[in-house]
Amino acid sequence: MPWIVIIGLLALWQLVVTGFRIAPFILPAPTAIFEAFMQQRGPIINNALFTLRNTLIGFALGIVVGLALGVAIGSSRLAYKGLYPLLIGINSVPKAAVVPILVVWLGIGQLPAIATAFLLCFFPIAVNVATGLSTVEPELQDVLRSLGANKWDILRKVGLPRSMPYFFASLKVAITLAFVGAVISETLASDDGIGYMMLQASSQFRVPLMFAGLFVIAFMGIATYIVFALLEGRMTGWATRGQQGSMGGGG
Amino acid sequence: MGFVELDNVALRYGERDGTLALNGASLSIERGEFAAVVGPSGCGKSSLMKLVTGLHPPSEGAVRVAGDSVTGPLKCVGMAFQNPSLLPWRNVLSNTMLPLEIVRPHRAQFRRKKAEYTERARKLLATVGLDGFETKQPWMLSGGMQQRASLCRSLIHNPDLLMLDEPFAALDAFTREELWGVLQNLWMEQKFTCILVTHDLREAAYLADVIFVMSARPGRVVATHRVDIPRPRRLETTYQQKFVDLIHTIRDEIAQVRAQARADVRAEVPAESRQVAMQTPKVA
Repeated sequence: MPWIVIIGLLALWQLVVTGFRIAPFILPAPTAIFEAFMQQRGPIINNALFTLRNTLIGFALGIVVGLALGVAIGSSRLAYKGLYPLLIGINSVPKAAVVPILVVWLGIGQLPAIATAFLLCFFPIAVNVATGLSTVEPELQDVLRSLGANKWDILRKVGLPRSMPYFFASLKVAITLAFVGAVISETLASDDGIGYMMLQASSQFRVPLMFAGLFVIAFMGIATYIVFALLEGRMTGWATRGQQGSMGGGG
Repeated sequence: MGFVELDNVALRYGERDGTLALNGASLSIERGEFAAVVGPSGCGKSSLMKLVTGLHPPSEGAVRVAGDSVTGPLKCVGMAFQNPSLLPWRNVLSNTMLPLEIVRPHRAQFRRKKAEYTERARKLLATVGLDGFETKQPWMLSGGMQQRASLCRSLIHNPDLLMLDEPFAALDAFTREELWGVLQNLWMEQKFTCILVTHDLREAAYLADVIFVMSARPGRVVATHRVDIPRPRRLETTYQQKFVDLIHTIRDEIAQVRAQARADVRAEVPAESRQVAMQTPKVA
């Protein structure tokens, strides 16, 4: 079904561009974009791999920090009160405005791209993990505490498994945000990566190449999203039992 | 001296003007005895559970279990609630074995003795009629079966004390009566000390050796009944004259404490309006 929609949209696009004779430097036809991609596929793929690497490193950092923050916020009222406003503040700053600061600290190129990807993606992970932890039934905590369980036991046996569906759901959002972060930083301060390539193409009015860059980013975003959606289904099948009655994740 | 002792206990949630859930509650339960606590809704029955297990400290008075003053959560209590609260990511067998992963000394031996513990859990599940369901996920079972599994989880580590907070309240009448029998069998085999909090007087009289009747909030024990009906009791037992009389007596007592509570509320309202009436002439 998604394929039909995509192909249909591309066909409509092609029709509009040829039908209204829109100039290629305003809106190139899909065929022209494909042509540009095939001509430049070597550099495009190199740049894309650079962006992908930055995104994934930033994302990995985001998982580690987001998980740790989420556990802290979700399991301690003190950490919640102290950290939550700070997190909201950090998250409301536009990341494009942070990149110049990151450039002063980290130079240009790979490091600020990784840092921006990280800054954009750790927040949804932290918030979701915290939400998952706070939904643990108080009765269950009573059961475990009266067995002599300490906080760590409760977290390990109940809290973390309970928050796994929230965690994996947040990964799907976070990975796409990480791409946004990496590309923003590359556009502003890099001499490599898809973002940089698009900026170059823009300065030379190579509009089909810019669109080819956009398509490559979208493709990588969808591909990584699918990876994490599949992972989510495998790891937390018990949470979506209504749909298929799967036995996944048991034991 | 009893195994569980409450001596003139008060429990207040929050600071000085918080809700007073219990006040002047005293009771004593022998080791191996099956006690039931009944009373009007909101009489602090669940607070009693929190007190005895040490999950909440008393505001006044003393709570003793096995001769020791309770200062923090007890380490080896079994608990079951109205909500079976099984973990959806574990199958029935692994849910049942959860306490063995936590209670000392089992937790240190869990990996080494896993086969032995698994066997123990399977046997226990079989006694409540859950053999063949060990590898099912909890949400595949009916409410009654989930509650059986929850009972097994509360008993797998042979607790000294079993606390049941309206465990059968959400079940249909037939399943409920069936599970009374299941619980009675388990108790007659293992003779754990048990405190059952319930709204259901038949349930209390069917299962318990001793029934404590509590007053409306702030709760205290207003009557104690020993149930000297021989075991094993059966459903037919609940239609015997002795059984019916006992339930009538308790029902009357609860009706009285409820009427008293309503009268107390009414007595407060006129007091305020009298003050207003006295002030009005002065203004005029």
